[in-house]
Amino acid sequence: MTIFDLLELDFVQTALIAAAVLGLVAGVLGPFIVTRKMAFAVHGTSELAFTGGAAALLLGVGVGYGALAGSILAAVLLGVLSRRESDRDSVIGAILAFGLGMGILMLALYKGRAANKFSLLTGQIVGVDSTDLRLLVVSSVAVLAVLAFIYRPLFFASVDPDVAIARGVPVRTLSIVFAVLVGVATALSVQVVGALLVLALMITPAAAAMRVTASPLRATVLSVVFAEVAAVGGILLSLQPGLPVSALVTAVSFVIYLVCRGVGAVRRRAA
Amino acid sequence: MTAISLRGARLSYGDRVLWDGLDLDVEPGEFLAVLGPNGSGKTSLMRVLLGLQPLSSGSVTVAGGNNAVGYIPQQRALDQSMTLRGRDLVGLGLDGFRWGLGLRNSRARRIRVDAAIESVGATRYADQPIGLLSGGEQQRLRVAQALVGDPRVMLCDEPLLSLDLANQRIVSELIDKRRREADTAVLFVTHELNPVLPLVDRVLYLVGGRFRVGTPDEVMNSRTLSELYRTPVEVVRVRDQILVVGAGACEEQTHHLTAEAAS
Repeated sequence: MTIFDLLELDFVQTALIAAAVLGLVAGVLGPFIVTRKMAFAVHGTSELAFTGGAAALLLGVGVGYGALAGSILAAVLLGVLSRRESDRDSVIGAILAFGLGMGILMLALYKGRAANKFSLLTGQIVGVDSTDLRLLVVSSVAVLAVLAFIYRPLFFASVDPDVAIARGVPVRTLSIVFAVLVGVATALSVQVVGALLVLALMITPAAAAMRVTASPLRATVLSVVFAEVAAVGGILLSLQPGLPVSALVTAVSFVIYLVCRGVGAVRRRAA
Repeated sequence: MTAISLRGARLSYGDRVLWDGLDLDVEPGEFLAVLGPNGSGKTSLMRVLLGLQPLSSGSVTVAGGNNAVGYIPQQRALDQSMTLRGRDLVGLGLDGFRWGLGLRNSRARRIRVDAAIESVGATRYADQPIGLLSGGEQQRLRVAQALVGDPRVMLCDEPLLSLDLANQRIVSELIDKRRREADTAVLFVTHELNPVLPLVDRVLYLVGGRFRVGTPDEVMNSRTLSELYRTPVEVVRVRDQILVVGAGACEEQTHHLTAEAAS
């Protein structure tokens, strides 16, 4: 089959739409995640999405809902337990280890198809069906709508917390709300690129964008573009040779990151 | 109309009373310095005025409320790789606390932000990454961030800390210019009076639950400070600077004085 024949297939089209939606959400959230130094929190949340997914598999509920529940729970737990910045690192470490252990236990108890197990860790975008797609689109719209509403105070709280507090911004509440948004987005990404590779969509494109511009708006636009190129491009590249989607998504994403680091370094030296 | 008004204000945490019976009126255009050792309740007073800390008893009013306040924090090293320009920092002072994306009226917004940046002479570097600017440049942008909302009250929390003498002068003169031109009241928390002494109308001196309000001459003398600290304190005037010498009262750091004498 040529790539054009592959693109005719329903499941390929569904996968591409899913990837495009995810790229948008991850790209918009990314700059906030990087500014708030939450890369490790995203990783921790994605592990718990995996645990939630595994639990759902065992209980015979939709994996997508399980992942969503797991990562929202994780986000709220992290938000409540790590009130102080200094605690955050160790709290995430503790929760992550336990959650991963529970996930593995539940997968071991699961008697179903092995492919279902594996896809939770590495992603199985070509397995996304129309129900999953609907959940993905509805959740993404909800995440973007909430983010649009809290955008300015969240930005204020992220880059300039002292003055934001002084000007009456509810900094602590916003950080929990944002953690939940990240939790939802992470749970969605787990379906596509898997728990272990969520960072490739949520962190790398934003980190790359922030290397080449100091304008927050431009950084967000670039971050979305990079995330789209990585997600959609990764799938397209994986089709013909039949390679794992997640490997190519992370590879594309990492190449963009390296190029942006290079450009940033050259510019900084010139300035 | 008074800009800041405190009546019978008391703040205590459990048994520990920071201050009690504090009556204070700050008039528009007045420059009030708040002095005192660490733990005397300077920061708590700031938090009360910002509406972040309720009084234990008494009342407080700040003209225009929380959103009409200009707040200048102390200078802190910002992350060098932060994706933020001076222009963005100033813009946050205008509407960063409002909900939504803020896409409407972007031209009017830009004009106001540009004017605030211009007024502190920061136009040249307003589009550079803020983490790469010097402490003095960052603090000028902080002044613009506080001014852009057209405040009736400016609350300054140690804004000169960790700046060199030249930048201390620039930043305090910018604040002074604002209150003269726009009649903005200034409440200036500092542990060091000398850099702003020529600008100060009155001083609020807090020590261990006691306080005194008055002109610098009324407060910054040996008798008053000895009463406040309940231990002999010597206040010496050297040229146009005030030196406080005495047990526990060495909050006034003298290294800037010696630096100036040497130059």
